[in-house]
Amino acid sequence: MQRIEETVKPYDQNFTTMVPTGFVKFMRTCLIWQFIRFIAINIKMIIVVRKSHG
Amino acid sequence: MARLVVMGGGVSGHTAATFAKDWLGDEHEVVVVTPNSQWNWIPSNIWVGVGQMSKEEVVFPLAPVYEKAGIDFRQAKAVSIHPNGGEKSDKEYITIEYTGQGKEGQTEEITYDYLINATGPKLNFGATPGLDEGHTVSVCTADHAVHANLELKKVFEKAKTEKQKILVGTGHGMCTCQGAAFEYIFNIEHEANKAGVRDNLEIKWISNESFLGDFGIGGLHMKRGGYAASSRLFAESLYSERGIPWIIGAHVSKVEAGKAHYELLDGSTGEEEFDFAMLIPPFAGVGLKAYDKDGSDITDTIFAPNGFMKVDAKYDAGAYENWKASDWPRTYQNPTYSNMFACGIAFAPPHLISKPMSSVNGTPINPTPPRTGMPSGIIGKNVAHSVTDLIKKGPDAHLHEASMAEMGAACVASAGKGLTDGTAAALTVYPVVPDFEKYPGLGRDLDYTFGEIGLAGHWIKHILHHLFIYKAKLKPGWTLIPE
Ligand SMILES: Cc1cc2nc3c(=O)[nH]c(=O)nc-3n(C[C@H](O)[C@H](O)[C@H](O)COP(=O)(O)OP(=O)(O)OC[C@H]3O[C@@H](n4cnc5c(N)ncnc54)[C@H](O)[C@@H]3O)c2cc1C
Repeated sequence: MQRIEETVKPYDQNFTTMVPTGFVKFMRTCLIWQFIRFIAINIKMIIVVRKSHG
Repeated sequence: MARLVVMGGGVSGHTAATFAKDWLGDEHEVVVVTPNSQWNWIPSNIWVGVGQMSKEEVVFPLAPVYEKAGIDFRQAKAVSIHPNGGEKSDKEYITIEYTGQGKEGQTEEITYDYLINATGPKLNFGATPGLDEGHTVSVCTADHAVHANLELKKVFEKAKTEKQKILVGTGHGMCTCQGAAFEYIFNIEHEANKAGVRDNLEIKWISNESFLGDFGIGGLHMKRGGYAASSRLFAESLYSERGIPWIIGAHVSKVEAGKAHYELLDGSTGEEEFDFAMLIPPFAGVGLKAYDKDGSDITDTIFAPNGFMKVDAKYDAGAYENWKASDWPRTYQNPTYSNMFACGIAFAPPHLISKPMSSVNGTPINPTPPRTGMPSGIIGKNVAHSVTDLIKKGPDAHLHEASMAEMGAACVASAGKGLTDGTAAALTVYPVVPDFEKYPGLGRDLDYTFGEIGLAGHWIKHILHHLFIYKAKLKPGWTLIPE
């Protein structure tokens, strides 16, 4: 995987946006953390679904 | 005995018909007229389009499901509506043309007491010269997605030895469904990495959005690190991270073999070469006609110029500055014929959700409003509820309401399909149509509008795939699964 500093080019289209750090990328596929997020996202989605059903 | 006819057996129509039949029971008839023999869980077409799912996994035959439910299934397309009856009788009816059941090409008249139009979009490839000539692919139907995967694999094969260019996005200045293209481009990128050909692929995004992450809903904001951050940041971040450059504010004006011509908001024009392109076509109504008793054409009374059915929306809101959340329909009842409703993509929205834009040459370049799966399902169910009450409680029954300005949507955009590899963006937006009176500035409730990227989104996408196919097959407990 390319390091974050190498994916961005000065004054290119992608220069002004956020680029995830290695830690953020790791957390996105960390099974334990993602399991916790899975529960959290499900709860949030269920709340939105319930609110939307009037 | 009353008869409800539902035109269209997609996400919205299938929901409406199955709930209506469940609530109405055997005392009343529900007829579904839809041209395909199979139901398609459209969101998973993306996985078919990259070869991660077969067509068989995203479709199932409708006939046995409708037989079990006691729904009269006509594999046919609706052609015209006659809301005041015809020569022989005053009874309202529609005409249909069979596409299956051994009666292909035959026409028939079906009378109705209540009519629900859930015919979804016409994929209007003809709006962009060259878009319908096989130079590009689409993932809008399961068959299109199968074809897209075959073409993609040819490009992957070539990319083993030579550079190849991939272009994904919208094929016209007034397209909607940016989310599907967004999901497809990241799936392509993921598969290219897996196939070891990423280095030889130049993957590029082209879209009519005025900023990346508009998605036809004027973008959205989410809480992140103590800020309300725009979806633009998230979208640009995703594209940057994966090395995908973007062209935005673009109206694809013409497509030729290997080349897309476009005009930008600043009036300049350009061309983009490609070896493989998936460009979403613009949507229109499916072209249903309407006739009065004497045979005169009243299509304009019932349908908006874009072919979508008029409902209880405020169509004369005028300029962007005047737009209000209350312009959006609540009951989806046709204003002229009270026994007629439209749900899902088939209803005419009052106006765009994104701010209207046009190029300096006057070409409109703005996303049209999406009506994604969750709103389509919820609206279908509410309309079915209204019709059920009208039949059971009489014409004064209170109609059920489901405004897109008071409802949220949950969406998951995958990048890959694995349970331990790839990631997905899971997000909710509440409400879908921003309400700037209730939530000044952002238009949305920051507590219920959120999104994040990770494997969890993948797991949710898998669960949704199985859950909604289970529900659509009317398996035990299906009514308990929300839309
Ligand atoms: C590739 C792709 C991916 C998507 N991914 C997502 C996602 O992840 N999440 C999400 O929420 N939404 C997603 N969507 C959007 C979602 O699929 C639509 O919002 C939803 O299908 C709309 O439901 P509908 O019933 O209005 O239309 P459809 O589901 O298209 O159903 C319309 C039905 O009407 C039938 N019909 C057409 N003409 C006639 C006629 N003349 N007479 C009778 N019947 C007719 C059609 O055959 C079809 O069965 C995606 C869309 C696409 C194209």
